[in-house]
Amino acid sequence: MKPLPHPLAPELRAVSARDLVWLIGSLVLVIAPHALRAPWWLTLLTLCLYGWRLHFTLQRAPLPSRWLVLGVAAVAMLALWVEFRTLFGRQPGILLLVVFSGLKLLETRTHRDAAVAAFLAYFLVITNFLYTQSILTALLMAVSLLATTATLVGFAAPQREPRANLRTAGVLLAQGVPAALVLFLLFPRVQGPLWGLPQDAYAGMTGLSESMSPGTLSSLAQYDAIAFRAEFEGEAPLHALRYWRGPVLWDFDGRTWTIGPDLRGAPTPPREGRASYRYAVVLEPHNRSWLFALETAASVPERARMTFDGQLLATTPVRTRLRYELTSVIGPEPPRTEVRGALARAMRIPPTSNPRAQALAAQWQTGAASDEEIVGRAIEFLRAGRYTYTLEPPLLGLHTVDEFLFDTRAGFCEHFASAFTFLMRAAGIPSRVVTGYQGGDLNPYDRIVTVRQWDAHAWSEVFLAGRGWVRVDPTAAAMPRRVESGLARAVPESASLPLMMQPRMEWLRGVRYRWEAVAHKWNVWVLGYNPERQRDLMQFVGIRDADWRALTAVLFSILGVITLGLLAWSLRRLARPDPVQRAWRNFCRKLAQRGVERAPHEGPRDYAARAARSVPDARRTILRIGELYIGLRYGAQQSAPLIARLQRLVRTLRVT
Amino acid sequence: MIGRLIERNPRFANWVWGFTPPERGTIVLVHRRVYIVPTRLGWLFAATLTILLIGSINYALALGFGLTFLLAGMGIAGMVQTARNLARLAVSAGRAEPVFAGDTTQFRLYLDGRVAFDRPAILVRHMGCGAQLVIDIAARGVGEVVLPVPAPSRGWLALGRVMLETRFPLGLFRAWSYVEPEARCLVYPRPEKSTLPPASGEATSGAMRSPTPGNDDFAGLRGYHASDSPRHVAWKAVARTGDMLTKQFAGEAGAELWLDWQLLPATLSIETRLSRLAGWVVAAERGGALYGLRLPGTEFPPSHGEAHRAACLQALALFRQP
Repeated sequence: MKPLPHPLAPELRAVSARDLVWLIGSLVLVIAPHALRAPWWLTLLTLCLYGWRLHFTLQRAPLPSRWLVLGVAAVAMLALWVEFRTLFGRQPGILLLVVFSGLKLLETRTHRDAAVAAFLAYFLVITNFLYTQSILTALLMAVSLLATTATLVGFAAPQREPRANLRTAGVLLAQGVPAALVLFLLFPRVQGPLWGLPQDAYAGMTGLSESMSPGTLSSLAQYDAIAFRAEFEGEAPLHALRYWRGPVLWDFDGRTWTIGPDLRGAPTPPREGRASYRYAVVLEPHNRSWLFALETAASVPERARMTFDGQLLATTPVRTRLRYELTSVIGPEPPRTEVRGALARAMRIPPTSNPRAQALAAQWQTGAASDEEIVGRAIEFLRAGRYTYTLEPPLLGLHTVDEFLFDTRAGFCEHFASAFTFLMRAAGIPSRVVTGYQGGDLNPYDRIVTVRQWDAHAWSEVFLAGRGWVRVDPTAAAMPRRVESGLARAVPESASLPLMMQPRMEWLRGVRYRWEAVAHKWNVWVLGYNPERQRDLMQFVGIRDADWRALTAVLFSILGVITLGLLAWSLRRLARPDPVQRAWRNFCRKLAQRGVERAPHEGPRDYAARAARSVPDARRTILRIGELYIGLRYGAQQSAPLIARLQRLVRTLRVT
Repeated sequence: MIGRLIERNPRFANWVWGFTPPERGTIVLVHRRVYIVPTRLGWLFAATLTILLIGSINYALALGFGLTFLLAGMGIAGMVQTARNLARLAVSAGRAEPVFAGDTTQFRLYLDGRVAFDRPAILVRHMGCGAQLVIDIAARGVGEVVLPVPAPSRGWLALGRVMLETRFPLGLFRAWSYVEPEARCLVYPRPEKSTLPPASGEATSGAMRSPTPGNDDFAGLRGYHASDSPRHVAWKAVARTGDMLTKQFAGEAGAELWLDWQLLPATLSIETRLSRLAGWVVAAERGGALYGLRLPGTEFPPSHGEAHRAACLQALALFRQP
């Protein structure tokens, strides 16, 4: 006889309206975060495709032809190409997937297609993590995971109540957690990437760059994105002392300072100083190599080196959140010598640029006895000049330093640093611009310093004979509050100040501090779990030099135990008869060992009577057990004390 | 492949399963009787997870790892739940009413969930004929399944092997088990439609006589029964009184109907003769006559009624059957 079609086979079960609503609901949850970044028309198109598919089911109309679906796909791809000029980047690729989720629905007839669409939903969840992996994202994604799983359960049990399916999905996910935890901790981690990533894979990362021109830092200071967090062992240094060193700029073309070619030669990190700090930095990815260190770094982290001008450079660009530990010294004894050629380079200026500033410097140079005196005069000049510190500096023309110093008199730290360094060079003192961050927010709840893009700063270093490179912060000279308490107190309150920095947002900052303390833990312990941490963990539990084989072995043993545990747990719930019955069985077993086996036809009363005759020592107990059992098994009600009594009697029964 | 080997080779199957079908009483699906393998969808899920894993490694996505591993853990939990959906299910067979050959037997199976959770979407499939249906068993509930199995020939029809399968909850795994409860259905010979033999007076002398309703001579009126033929309704009387009345005929006085194997031509095959006799029994019972059945070696004295009919038909069904 010809076998009938298999009613459980998903390819033969048509999708019902209920299944479809669940599937579409899950997909909407999944694409919601993508909609924040997608062009509006794409989100609208996708939602229309979902609605269109639902319409077909509700109207019981046949689905559109394959050609129509392909046509919509082609139009969507063309529109994406117009928008991005490519289809192979990360963003257009993901958006294409979002549209495809709608197109897939349009050809979804059976549960098999619908299950594939649900798997696509899982995939879209993970693409969302390319943009953000915050706690909120994780929570939203957990919700969509639950919905998608409930959808899948609905396919397997179409007659069942949706609420029961949702509960089953929750139970499944909860039961998956132990295995997931073990896999997360023990699955052999490989440092990606496995192959080249698309061009735009690291787009949109903000941070300092290799050059600085007027307006660079003031525009960066509009961002509240986190640059890095630092966790100090013990007390953190004061705000005014927190200079986080970044790229050092050597070359000036009259407008822009650039990092210039790398001169080889590493200085020995200074060891002595006024105070030393041990701390760990969790650096947000910024797609550049430099690492930030509190001035002055006295150690070099793993897989990093220190350049001759005191920058820390990682061996590869920082593309994932990176944690490194450091020791820094404040007020160190600097090396007194300098790499050959460096000092000459630190005095080079374009000869014709900024003539007024050059003239001023020349005037200081002739009247001064020492370099220190020139530096002092320059600082005094800036302090007395009534300069305005502003996030919206006026635009500058050809001679940027001249215009800032003598005409506009308003600028951000890059203007001060640039002008001061130029003056020093014009006066014959080797100097350079250092960019980085200054200050950072000390979270009162977890004592972690959070440094944001708005803490971006630039200052100068001058080379003084006998003292080496000395930091001079001209911004601090003109505007001391900037380095003492941060940007918010230094610039006049205005709309251009980011919302969170405005002083009236004090209470909001309190909330934010707490939230950030949690987010930091999340970053370090969940998102920051990497091969090194895995090795540390294995060492902690006593497995030294864990390679992938050892990890896999441990992993699979634990997974096996978990699976067996789950199985045993679910079967135990099945196998366990009621306690009364169990106690009775134990009783029968005990007596059977003594040779008084219960005959299949024998009722409890007869059996107990016979057993009591055979074992006269325990006669009373046996009869009592029989009575209790009959009462509990066939009587009207079950009472917990009586059951406990029965169990105790059976347990203590001695028949030998 | 192994599945097919097991299906085709009962002795091997017994060795594999550790029990000998058919089994009496209630069959409990202990865990060694429940098999489980991934479905095609399960493999597709595994492939999806692999892609997710590679993506997570490539982009160093901590939450990507988390998602992938959570889905993997969910898959494992789903596997356990799929096995649990069948585990310890108690299967027992109910009574199957006798049918005539060529008809369809309704085998009844009772699936006792015995647990505090429901067991949704369980497929019950008769391996012999492919009859199948999907049922949900409620928590602590018993599901009743009626499997329509064709009965081709007379005699005892054993239920045969039944497969229970489930893919709940995720459809990624398929768990199944075979049961063969000892259940059988009596199949009467296919009744042949032919005229009843003439009543013989052979047994009249000395035998008890009772006026039995027949359809030869008009004997009076009685109340209408739903089963009465419209030809026998006394329409004139109905028009007169307004009550439905049926004309009653007295059977041939003193005649009893003997349905005798020997009366049939010896040229007919055994099965044809049994078919004709079965047809006569059915017709005689319907006609309301007293009838007896005489088979080589067995005799059922004339009587009528449901029990008599069943006994006669059973004798015919099992005639010369092992």
